[in-house]
Amino acid sequence: MRTSTPARLGLRTVALAYLFVLVAVPIVLILWRTFEPGLGTFVDSVRTPAAISALNLSLLIVAIVVPLNVVFGVATALALVRGRFPGKGVLQAVVDLPFAVSPIVVGVSLILLWGAGGWFGGVESLGFQVIFGLPGMVIATLFVTLPFVVREVEPVLHEIGTEQEQAASTLGASSWQTFWRITLPAIRWGLTYGVVLTIARALGEFGAVIMVSSGFPGVSQTLTLLVHSRYIDDHNTYGAYAAATLLMGLAVATLLGMTLLDRKRSTR
Amino acid sequence: MISVTGARKTYGDFVALDGVSLDIPAGSLTALLGPSGSGKSTLLRAIAGLEGLDHGRVGIGGTDVTGIPPQKRGIGFVFQHYAAFKHMTVRDNVAFGLTIRKRPKAEIARKVDDLLEIVGLDGFQHRYPAQLSGGQRQRMALARALAVDPEVLLLDEPFGALDAKVRADLRQWLRRLHDEVHVTTVLVTHDQEEALEVADRIAVLNKGAIEQVGDPVSLYDRPANDFVMSFLGSVARLGGQLVRPHDIALHRDRERAQQLDARVGGGPGVLEASVERVVRLGFEVRVDLRADTGERFAAQLTRAEADALSLEPGDTVFAHTVAPTNPAEAEPALAI
Repeated sequence: MRTSTPARLGLRTVALAYLFVLVAVPIVLILWRTFEPGLGTFVDSVRTPAAISALNLSLLIVAIVVPLNVVFGVATALALVRGRFPGKGVLQAVVDLPFAVSPIVVGVSLILLWGAGGWFGGVESLGFQVIFGLPGMVIATLFVTLPFVVREVEPVLHEIGTEQEQAASTLGASSWQTFWRITLPAIRWGLTYGVVLTIARALGEFGAVIMVSSGFPGVSQTLTLLVHSRYIDDHNTYGAYAAATLLMGLAVATLLGMTLLDRKRSTR
Repeated sequence: MISVTGARKTYGDFVALDGVSLDIPAGSLTALLGPSGSGKSTLLRAIAGLEGLDHGRVGIGGTDVTGIPPQKRGIGFVFQHYAAFKHMTVRDNVAFGLTIRKRPKAEIARKVDDLLEIVGLDGFQHRYPAQLSGGQRQRMALARALAVDPEVLLLDEPFGALDAKVRADLRQWLRRLHDEVHVTTVLVTHDQEEALEVADRIAVLNKGAIEQVGDPVSLYDRPANDFVMSFLGSVARLGGQLVRPHDIALHRDRERAQQLDARVGGGPGVLEASVERVVRLGFEVRVDLRADTGERFAAQLTRAEADALSLEPGDTVFAHTVAPTNPAEAEPALAI
């Protein structure tokens, strides 16, 4: 399709202006407010015990959620692409559910399920606190990040087909060897992207986590909860900007790290 | 040697293999030839163990391998779309089977280099499959399959994804390779020319069953039925009989045609036909004709014959067969 030059330029301007106002301006504004009083102030603000604890907790949740999502995400994707079983359509829909359900609903339902008086509430009396503890936050984050690895790996599995795996089996490779040597390297790009999205979402998750966290500064606050409590409860707006910038920095670092890693691997 | 007995395989209502039995002699190069949906690929994949059979047994080298997975059947398999391991170099692709078998590094390196030389890919060790042409990729896949010293080599439409020129080259190359390596080879193809050129035995399949097995010459000259005749080489229908286009002679003179036809006998007689089109295909000339009965058929002449007749569209000619090739008149076909 050919469009006239003015129309093309007009379209471009509108698209750029849209992106600028919705994405660039807010981010730049936060960065500007964060670094306006100087780098030292920023560092001080993110080195308070509460901030360090929040950072550690966020990273801990990521460290637990990512491996679980990788293992179960790849297994689910393999089942969805290769498997033939009744109820496959239902499974497809269930995988997408976390995209559709609001995180706050997830939080509420987790309390219903695991909280005192819930179906699984009994575990609390055994000394294993799920709600208002780390397990609750991990489960909430798992729920909202579940689709990423599955949905990134699935199309790659479709695309590579089964011929390479069949070839490996005729050459004597067991199913396990075939998975490690053929399937996994073939899906590594999709998997990487799924992991990046999982990390970003796990770091940024707020609605589901706030429902199941006890929210004590220095104990059970993630970075997002820290931003929230500093702004709303402490009226420490600068502290909220600084923590938000730290959060963004982590996400950008994840993205960069994964890109560099894959570039290195693919040019080997 | 490979022996398949009573192989049956269905996919829902579709019968892919309907009680197929076939013996493939050791050291031969056998082609499974048939149209798509004839079950030839299913049969090959059943021999490899990539497809399970509903009924029937498969034996390789005297051992019953029916329940044995492909890993342990001692086979090499080459796929139509190469199935190259894209994230590995050519060397690692070819070495795959040996690495899995944990052979010493030095032995693997020597064997891989030898094989790459045989398939003409020496110097390509460190390339990735994406940096190879289709023909090169398929030769790599062949080297990879041969690396594990398979008892049988199974090729599933190996040249199907390649262009005509590369295909013809690889065919001849495969034939030479087989003469050198002597591994029992089964080739699946829908291309009769390929089967006739490469194989020393051909099994023609149709609708999940074997129509005829034999060497290329006897299949071509003594087809068991109309299907084999029309699938192996081109045919024309003349007065209700199937004949080879090169077995049709054309004359300007009706009496001369009748005399010659009487000498051969058994044919459909002399047909009056008008020339619709004359197509020069290099050395051959194809003449598209329309009989006075309304039937259309094509005759294949040499250039000299066509020049002597100097045919133009619209001319009237008299056609008759020079050899009775209808299966009904032919000697009994080779027993299966």
